[in-house]
Amino acid sequence: MRGVLRAAVLGLSLASAAIGCSGGSGGGDSIVVGHVASMTGDTATFGRSADQGMRMAIEEINAKGGVLGKKLDLVTEDDRSVTEEARTAAQKLLQRDRVIALLGEVASSRSLAAGPEAERAKVPMISPGSTNPKVTEGKEYVFRACFIDPFQGAVMARFAAQELHAKRLAILFDFKQDYSVGLAEFFRETVKKDGGEIVADERYTSGDIEFRAQLTTIRAANPDAIFVPGYYTELGLIAKQARELGITVPLLGGDGWDSEKTLEIGGSAVEGYYFSTHYAADSTDPRVQEFVKRFGEKYGGTPDAMAALGYDTARILADALTRAGSTEGPKLRDAIAATQNFEGVTGKITIDEHHNARKDAVVLKIEGGKFRFYRNVSAE
Amino acid sequence: MENLLQQLLNGVTWGSIYALIALGYTMVYGVLRLINFAHGEVYMIGAMSGFYVARALGLGVEPSLLGLIGVLVASMAICGVLGATIERVAYRPLRGAGRLAPLITAIGVSLFLQNAGQLVFGADPKFFPPLLRASEVFRAGHVAITNIQLTVLVTALLLMGALEFIVQRTRFGRAMRAVAYDAPAAALMGVPVDRVISGTFVLGSVLAAAAGILVGLSNPKIDPLMGLMPGLKAFVAAVLGGIGSVPGAMVGGLLLGVIETLVTGYLSSTYRDAIAFVILVVILLYRPTGLFGAPQTEKV
Amino acid sequence: MNPTRLAQVGVALAVLAGLHWLVPLGLNAYYVTILSRIGIAVVAAVSLQLVNGFTGQFSIGHAGFMALGAYSSAAFSVYLGAGLLDAAGDAGLARLLYFPLPLVCGGLVAAAAGLVVAVPALRLRGDYLAIATLGAGEIIRIAILNVDAVGGARGFSLAAADHPLIDLRFDSLAGVYGVAALTVLAIARLVYSGGGLAFRAVREDEVAAESLGIPTTRVKVEAFLVASFFAGVAGALFAHSEGYIHTNSFSFVRSFELVAFVVLGGLGSLSGAILAAATLTAAPELLRGLGEWRMVLYAVLLIATMILRPQGLLGQRELLHFGRKHGAPRSE
Repeated sequence: MRGVLRAAVLGLSLASAAIGCSGGSGGGDSIVVGHVASMTGDTATFGRSADQGMRMAIEEINAKGGVLGKKLDLVTEDDRSVTEEARTAAQKLLQRDRVIALLGEVASSRSLAAGPEAERAKVPMISPGSTNPKVTEGKEYVFRACFIDPFQGAVMARFAAQELHAKRLAILFDFKQDYSVGLAEFFRETVKKDGGEIVADERYTSGDIEFRAQLTTIRAANPDAIFVPGYYTELGLIAKQARELGITVPLLGGDGWDSEKTLEIGGSAVEGYYFSTHYAADSTDPRVQEFVKRFGEKYGGTPDAMAALGYDTARILADALTRAGSTEGPKLRDAIAATQNFEGVTGKITIDEHHNARKDAVVLKIEGGKFRFYRNVSAE
Repeated sequence: MENLLQQLLNGVTWGSIYALIALGYTMVYGVLRLINFAHGEVYMIGAMSGFYVARALGLGVEPSLLGLIGVLVASMAICGVLGATIERVAYRPLRGAGRLAPLITAIGVSLFLQNAGQLVFGADPKFFPPLLRASEVFRAGHVAITNIQLTVLVTALLLMGALEFIVQRTRFGRAMRAVAYDAPAAALMGVPVDRVISGTFVLGSVLAAAAGILVGLSNPKIDPLMGLMPGLKAFVAAVLGGIGSVPGAMVGGLLLGVIETLVTGYLSSTYRDAIAFVILVVILLYRPTGLFGAPQTEKV
Repeated sequence: MNPTRLAQVGVALAVLAGLHWLVPLGLNAYYVTILSRIGIAVVAAVSLQLVNGFTGQFSIGHAGFMALGAYSSAAFSVYLGAGLLDAAGDAGLARLLYFPLPLVCGGLVAAAAGLVVAVPALRLRGDYLAIATLGAGEIIRIAILNVDAVGGARGFSLAAADHPLIDLRFDSLAGVYGVAALTVLAIARLVYSGGGLAFRAVREDEVAAESLGIPTTRVKVEAFLVASFFAGVAGALFAHSEGYIHTNSFSFVRSFELVAFVVLGGLGSLSGAILAAATLTAAPELLRGLGEWRMVLYAVLLIATMILRPQGLLGQRELLHFGRKHGAPRSE
């Protein structure tokens, strides 16, 4: 009776599943690596830049013969900048494409969503740019190639105090993103520890377009600087509306600002603002310049931090594969964990015991409609 | 105090957008007793079409008032046609089929426009070209108003005034009111009901398009899903003011904008979206006919 | 129990056993996930059918109850369940016995909310009710978004910090389909019983029903309660099979999807809702590249159905007669 109905439903699905079941990973001559990325949606430049960096790295590696005698094949799955989609994307890559490693995501919320899938599948995952500490906390298979927010928050807090002599700070953070919440938290802690004052603490949600209410409240508190640890999409609008409201104090941010869209959306409104990030395209380091040049030749334009991080992450993976001598999860994981002094374009990368990278940060200033290197902050 | 004034200003400006959209809901409900769920998407198409028209005309590099007006008119025309088409294709076949079927269809049209929009326009947000260069127009102490905010307010008020004129002082307006009051009687009196209904949709869509352009001007980020929340909130505004009442929609919209802004500024922005729905539920429970609506009895 | 009944139960148990052990051997995890999602969609759709299809009350905020079920059951498992399972040594039997607890918890919380929403909202009619339920669904979602203990805006992972070795996920197909079958049975018995005629009476003509002595408000509230309970159960199943939940999965888009299942299957047909839920959940997942078109398809289908065939696929008919005496009209 009801069994019949259930059997019918099952039969239907099983039949279609069987038909579609011919999926699976690639053949024996390539090593399939997955990339969970926000190729479309609100923070699309992050995913696209990281993907570009990774592909360039992989092309270079394949041109030299690949890894373990095989070519690397990158399969990218778009999560549309939506948190739960990152999980689905990771699942698809792990189960449908049988990738041996997962690269991504840039946004911390999305890495947090995808991470457990990698853990469950016992496949290593390296995030190129997620800075929230929770991404790697308690995980065996998740790593990151960048610094973490306790460091980044402190960088900007100290910058505000020492460089801008700002004692009264306001914060406007994105309540929906782990990255922003975490970064704001660490900033707050450091400011308080160093004797500064948080005069306004407002929040918004990613996707918001109207910030005048919060900005008016912030303006009334008369801060010396405003910390906006969010992503570039909202930042552009916030900057414009802040100027319209007559706010002249500088806005400060983190690596979430690192995208050409900040300049595009913000236009003249973001002039004179500062933010911390992973690398400066106008650095004098010959390795960076070489990278910038090759990137420009391949894709046109200047690589942003995510592109550089994507590039380094892919190369770290390749290096680890070579050292591990195998694509097996546990062996690859151990090899990644043992990465020491890897020469990347975003600095010298050593993976510590928490699966994070100890790296320097740079502070960039927006001047003349461009990002300009301002200061280096060492990891010590 | 200055803070409060600035917040009120912010709220009224934002609320006028809601008001423009709410008018479309209220007018359509008045003549058809239908909640046109797809209306929020018409607003989105207004913004999107404005974006593409501006791009096609090469505007945005240099701010231009004429360009703004051109974009406004073009987008209003496009949405007017869209509104009439939706009515013709999706709602007219269901005239007289009860309340449920049109409601479901309306939801379907809304979903269709959102998702087709994502496919056609791409899911990435687009940034409206700056058709006006932002500059402070007036400042009294800490209370500032920019030319953009002023433009939004003035345009919205002008359009609302024009609508009020049409509704109260023209034959078409009289026909609309007749159909809203008693459609069969109006038909018997020779009022071309079908055309009036089409016209109502056109009017509402034109206003929604204007709202889309104004938002593009003051909050330049637009994307295919931008109509969802504002659509729902504008609907709440219409209910708040009294669904079916034109002045009600205007007041409802402004009121909602102010309440939202005050809540965000003084409490927390996390409740911003919830406020509208709480208002909705409260109104529906305690005064379903809204601020300006007349109590209705149900005939058995 | 008579022999036929025994045989039926036996078949059912055999099918469940097969689902639990055999199917995962043959299919890879991705497809098992899809089957799981189908089962959950069926539970949700059938629960909504009770309110929308059988009682004629237009509720379009159903995802809010799913959300409550998902989050409360997840919180239960994370904060209480992990400890319980740990104490019981995480044995197979302990897991089996534990399994219904978070589901019931989720269902009860959702039902409580259903009561709170229903009592005031059901005083409204037609579109006003629809909007009120939409508003309620959104309020619930935004309220959950603000609760930090369940992750707030960043989502909630079914991982107990104090008991990291306990895997709180229950991704057994047998579990999902067992619950689905029970749900369908329960609702069928409710609706196709003597007392269940009241639901359909309220749907057909509320004023007439009231004048015949049927306590229409109570009937409506009852429908709402039962429906939200099972929506909560669906949500709980969802939470425990996904292992990570975010309020974005319970937005009004999800509510509209459920409405689509119910309408396209036929308002008033359990089999219709089941078929629609199963097909519409499975199709886009399996036809790769249809991903973006899925919602466009839903929308077009909805519109076309309402215009061309408003009774949906099965109208009010059922594929199986769930109760002879008061059953759905078969062929009259």
